[in-house]
Amino acid sequence: MNEAAPSTLNAKVGHAPGWRGIVADWSSDQRAFKNVSWGKAMMWIFLLSDTFIFGSFLISYMTVRMSTTVPWPNPSEVFALEIAGHHLPLILIAIMTFVLISSSGTMAMAVNFGYRRERRTTAVLMLVTALLGATFVGMQAFEWSKLIGEGVRPWGNPWGAEQFGSSFFMITGFHGTHVTIGVIVLIIIARKVWRGDFDDGRRGFFTSRKGRYEIVEITGLYWHFVDLVWVFIFALFYLW
Amino acid sequence: MVDVTHGAAGPLSAAEVEDVELYHPKSWITKYVFSQDAKIIAIQYSTVALSIGLVALVLSWLMRLQLGFPGTFSFIDPERYYQFITMHGMIMVIYLLTALFLGGFGNYLIPLMLGARDMVFPYVNMLSFWIYLLAVLVLVAGFFLPGGPTGAGWTLYPPQSILANTPGQQRGIVVMLVSLILFIIGFTMGGLNYVVTVLQGRTRGMTLMRMPLTVWGIFTATVMALLAFPALFVGAVMMLLDRLIGTSFFMPAIVAMGEQLAYKGGSPILFQHLFWFFGHPEVYIVALPAFGIVSDLISTHARKNIFGYRMMVWALVAIGALSFVVWAHHMYVSGMHPAFGFFFATTTLIIAIPTAIKVYNWVLTLWRGDIHFTVPMLFALGFIVTFVNGGLTGLFLGNVVVDVPLSDTMFVVAHFHMVMGVAPILVVFGAIYHWYPKVTGRMLDDTLGKLHFWVTFLGAYLIFFPMHYIGLMGVPRRYHEIGGMAFVPSSVVTLNEFITIVALVVGAAQLAFLFNLVWSVRHGRPAGGNPWRATTLEWQTPQTPPAHGNWGKTLPVVYRWAYDYSVPGAAEDFLPQNQPPLPRAA
Repeated sequence: MNEAAPSTLNAKVGHAPGWRGIVADWSSDQRAFKNVSWGKAMMWIFLLSDTFIFGSFLISYMTVRMSTTVPWPNPSEVFALEIAGHHLPLILIAIMTFVLISSSGTMAMAVNFGYRRERRTTAVLMLVTALLGATFVGMQAFEWSKLIGEGVRPWGNPWGAEQFGSSFFMITGFHGTHVTIGVIVLIIIARKVWRGDFDDGRRGFFTSRKGRYEIVEITGLYWHFVDLVWVFIFALFYLW
Repeated sequence: MVDVTHGAAGPLSAAEVEDVELYHPKSWITKYVFSQDAKIIAIQYSTVALSIGLVALVLSWLMRLQLGFPGTFSFIDPERYYQFITMHGMIMVIYLLTALFLGGFGNYLIPLMLGARDMVFPYVNMLSFWIYLLAVLVLVAGFFLPGGPTGAGWTLYPPQSILANTPGQQRGIVVMLVSLILFIIGFTMGGLNYVVTVLQGRTRGMTLMRMPLTVWGIFTATVMALLAFPALFVGAVMMLLDRLIGTSFFMPAIVAMGEQLAYKGGSPILFQHLFWFFGHPEVYIVALPAFGIVSDLISTHARKNIFGYRMMVWALVAIGALSFVVWAHHMYVSGMHPAFGFFFATTTLIIAIPTAIKVYNWVLTLWRGDIHFTVPMLFALGFIVTFVNGGLTGLFLGNVVVDVPLSDTMFVVAHFHMVMGVAPILVVFGAIYHWYPKVTGRMLDDTLGKLHFWVTFLGAYLIFFPMHYIGLMGVPRRYHEIGGMAFVPSSVVTLNEFITIVALVVGAAQLAFLFNLVWSVRHGRPAGGNPWRATTLEWQTPQTPPAHGNWGKTLPVVYRWAYDYSVPGAAEDFLPQNQPPLPRAA
């Protein structure tokens, strides 16, 4: 059994076929994921946990949408805007989605430039990402105030099931909080990159550990996750 | 059996684990209060958990006094009784057992057993404890607010949990939900640390399949908790919104006290699903660390390798995975399509297979072992018996047709107290007796320990065995008083008195345990580094208690699994995990 297994100490790992090989690789010495740092592993696992939170929110929303006896308001109409005399359904949401997806692009570029140690470019790209994120949150605030002005409340709205308002404010609010936290983190990390903390080994204020350029990528993971979640919210709340 | 790496034992390259930049405390405050050392955090977690557990113990006394001698204690009115029930359940399950197993034992044992210097992110780990403490304080605040803590039952089912006339509806339910949300945030910070430390922070030679089962149990439970707590988080947020700003997620149109409330169209069943999607894995979040710890206790104190290590690991993982697809067996009487009942009954019964594998393996480990009846061993043996007992009544409740008449009776209370109350708490005690010498450098008093074990173990049976019978008689749970029902025979009344008296005695025995804990810190017999002659790494530290950074200058290197006891031909009857292979006889 265990003690007969080939040691991984200074020895080549035998490549067992099939499932056994997968298990052997995964459970081998010191690290389950060989080239993954602690911080990155932690972010991935956190995102897995956060996926369950958003999943629970969305499933709960779908459940109340099905269980309520009153008709559900038509999101295409609720989220329509009159622009220059044209009636455009979901136009604001489309723009918001475009902005957020674009911010994923600038984030990916920031990661790339971070690993090239071009710290000014990296910091600028991160700030652009943060700006796009802030724009998204700003448009969300506009959308909230528009709906509130039209009489939508968490406990009721003029068009139908009151769970419409409750789910809307809860889910977009929770997602917006995520984006806001992301914007703040992006600004903090961008400042550190700009200042060159990761080149001269400056220690963190709280943790007193040295940071590395990898934190740009880890922040990026979070940012892409928040974007991905938005796609699901967009599909399940606005398009359905 | 012994030789693991013969021939490969040449000069080993330096450990490849990321060099931890340990935070070196500069003052007493950063060393002992706002400490980033997992060992201190573990002690902080354990102290808070045991203290709040003591509150829950007193609450159970008060409930038993009411059930045993109804009418005698006028201050226990129905409202208070419900508050006691709710707080007792919530504290015991979440703030004591979850926090103690994962925050307490997890923090202490994971880095030490894996040969790490600390958790991977000590600062986040520290935050985890302080947020947990905040959650506990918010929870306790419920006792002092107008209206008292919530009396909604520990499951907090809506609509009744937030309706007027439920005790604690004003403030209690709010602080309860806020406290749960805080607990989940704090736990997530710790939990991410535990998982990443296990996956990425092990010392050289420590493959996953050489980890002690304790670490496997805590690891699996933490992964489960990271996936199960989100459902409770979402449920708590939604109920908070229902209560505070009048949304109707869980609240249907409802007439209460002759008045039509503003709620309409919500789904109370949705909360039950969210709650039990968390709640059932929670049972195993508490049980899996106990499984792991018991495996190590049995192997160490029976001086014998664990039987079927690989199967034990797979059984842990299988139980963890299966526990996510059984939650609705708590909801058979909530109204469910028969096909779902069939599905959930089937998955529930399938869990019996990996669980049985574990029990057989424990028994086969004991088989012809050199059993030392030390206090930890007694508790471990007590656990096996109690767990089998509670597990068997679980088979009754897992079947829809048997569950329906037993639902909401004292039978259920007896079942879950046996399986996830008494059984894990026996392991908690066993583990404390086992690892206390490492934490403090001194042994706990043996005589008091044995007294503590026998009173607790036998007492638990005297309390909960009659309770099964009371349940089978149809006595409902959560009733303040059961007088005046024709189907309740007088024997039930007598039994209730009996149970109450035993419960008071068993509770008092825990005070002896607490005394032992405090007294032995200074007056216990010095333990030395490895009093149980155990193989795992935490017993091989250069200092006892382990110093900051755990290992001195160099990390230990692991050459073998954790269960090399009574190896033929070895000089000692145990070979520590970091002992290099013996030279092979020419």
